[in-house]
Amino acid sequence: MSENVLEIHDVKKHFNVGNKQVVKSVDGISFSIKKGETLGIVGESGSGKSTIGRTIVGLYEATAGKVVFEGKEISQLDRKEKREFNRKMQMIFQDPHASLNPRMRVGEIIAEGIDAYGLAKGKAKQERVFQLLERVGLHPDHATRFPHEFSGGQRQRIGIARALAVQPSFIVADEPISALDVSIQAQVVNLLEDLQKEEDLTYLFIAHDLAMVKHISDRIGVMYLGKMMELAESQTLFQEPLHPYTNALLSAIPVSAPKLRGTRERIVLGGDPPSPINPPSGCPFRTRCPSTMERCAVVMPEWKEVKKDHWVACHLY
Amino acid sequence: MTNSLPETDALFRPANPAHFENKQISRPSLSFWQDAVLKIVKNKMAVIGFVLLTAIIVLSIIGPYLVPYSQSEQSLTEGNLPLSSDHWFGTDDLGRDMWARIWAGARISLIIGIASALIDLVIGITVGGVSGYMAGRGKTGDRIDSFLMRIVEVLYGIPYLLVVILLMVIMEPGLVTMIIALSITGWVGMARIVRGQILQLKQQEFVLAAEKLGTSHGKIIIKHLLPNMMGIIIVTLTFTIPQAIFAESFLSFLGLGVQAPTASWGTMANDALGTILSGHWWRLFFPALMISLTMFAFNAFGDGLQDALDPRSKN
Ligand SMILES: Nc1ncnc2c1ncn2[C@@H]1O[C@H](COP(=O)(O)OP(=O)(O)OP(=O)(O)O)[C@@H](O)[C@H]1O
Ligand code: SF4
Ligand SMILES: [Mg+2]
Repeated sequence: MSENVLEIHDVKKHFNVGNKQVVKSVDGISFSIKKGETLGIVGESGSGKSTIGRTIVGLYEATAGKVVFEGKEISQLDRKEKREFNRKMQMIFQDPHASLNPRMRVGEIIAEGIDAYGLAKGKAKQERVFQLLERVGLHPDHATRFPHEFSGGQRQRIGIARALAVQPSFIVADEPISALDVSIQAQVVNLLEDLQKEEDLTYLFIAHDLAMVKHISDRIGVMYLGKMMELAESQTLFQEPLHPYTNALLSAIPVSAPKLRGTRERIVLGGDPPSPINPPSGCPFRTRCPSTMERCAVVMPEWKEVKKDHWVACHLY
Repeated sequence: MTNSLPETDALFRPANPAHFENKQISRPSLSFWQDAVLKIVKNKMAVIGFVLLTAIIVLSIIGPYLVPYSQSEQSLTEGNLPLSSDHWFGTDDLGRDMWARIWAGARISLIIGIASALIDLVIGITVGGVSGYMAGRGKTGDRIDSFLMRIVEVLYGIPYLLVVILLMVIMEPGLVTMIIALSITGWVGMARIVRGQILQLKQQEFVLAAEKLGTSHGKIIIKHLLPNMMGIIIVTLTFTIPQAIFAESFLSFLGLGVQAPTASWGTMANDALGTILSGHWWRLFFPALMISLTMFAFNAFGDGLQDALDPRSKN
């Protein structure tokens, strides 16, 4: 593992929601991903995970900050480079029911990218679609079917095949397994891992639960209210979590998985996260933090590397 | 995710390939439209509506030729004849055959309904489509959207009766004027529906996926947006056509619409008003029956279509 394929620097994505109100869905996030690596991102619903994912793949334009892919800032790409970037960086979506066009047959859906880039035509295209279907564990006959004829897990496989069709090098997987049955989740994660090895892919893997990303991620970042709270290697994050929010998340993993949970005491988080329209002053987590101090309400803690490769934003460190 | 998590490492061990989901599906694969047709056929009211509509359309084409009279042929000696084997629906005070006039009136009604619906469709989809697609695409996009929506809002507030009366003053009363009058205010509803649909669909993940895959704007509109709004557009049409037909009858009844000697259900009903007391019941009965039947047929069929095409109704 050598160079960073992706670097994001202080990226912000704010939405105007009328009445002069602004949602700070992503508010100043920085990290990098090395080639072949998987970075997991976890956070509660509404913490901005999809927004950061969509900003990285270029579906949203960042309000501020830089997204640098393979050494080039994506907002500065010319037409040709932009097209190449769009091909190389693909996304797998969160909702298996909304991510496939209900009026298109599976074969057409998978061929969409092949058509857009003119990668194959006629018989060769057909062959390619069949290969892709088999590659993700489906049957070539499925090409003539409509999405509603498939289960959630199968639809997610179709979405994966669609992304693979354009031979990407980087995939942002936005909660690819959250909507699936527990028994199916493992199959999809295994498929993604196999593909990573064989196709030399780099992943940004989003989930809302630490248990889900532990297995697949080399490093894990924890988001809260549009900000990154902690980022470390998977092992480190589970064994020596620093941030009070990470601690709370870890303690919430049910006792049926004691190995993951360790001997930590269960920390119960009170209430819901505050609204990103009107976030707390200082540290966004302070309204629910068991160790909050006076300083926490005044200054936002700095994002710093407290140990090698272990980043955290908290006044305790 | 559900509440209890089994031990995670065990969970993520490779799955037995035998459990892979590549089983074949044996049920025949139905497209959305095939599925919709099946649903409509099962819906009794929709079938009745469809049969009635077909009958009305067919008779409006061939009906006048089934009798040896034309709709405007007068015969003062044969005024106000009751139903007979010569005059199936009787005659009016000028001795004109009611059957011939009813189907000539059906033509007027259908032409008005279909023409104003088509105009609504074209203008509504264009304006609503551009507006919805441009919304959120930078400053220029938002400006185009709000400009078009401003026009829509203004027109939405104007009652069509006012427009009709104004146009009748400026232009010659008649079919074309009426179609124009109904379309000027009519497309606004379609534009709003189309814009709303596009705004909603644009957020859907399959459209984002298409954008990310490098699909062109044109293809996104044709393959992803339009097919997914067709259902709602068609349903809207099956409700705007009868509205236009009713508006024509109503305006003609008031004397603001189609002018004599052209037969229209509205003018026929108006002409018949004076004869109610004299017992020539067929003169009012048939035009009123046709207006009601047509309204019923469109609405019954439209309801069935809505059930079959609306993605929210699943069965
Ligand atoms: N297009 C948008 N316009 C306005 N607000 C938005 C938009 N997209 C997201 N938001 C807001 O930004 C915040 C973060 O949303 P986001 O979808 O990124 O969360 P998430 O972490 O992916 O949550 P989930 O787990 O539910 O998918 C939410 O408060 C959401 O309401
Ligand atoms: S900065 Fe303060 S409030 Fe925020 S997590 Fe650290 S201790 Fe808690
Ligand atoms: Mg999300």
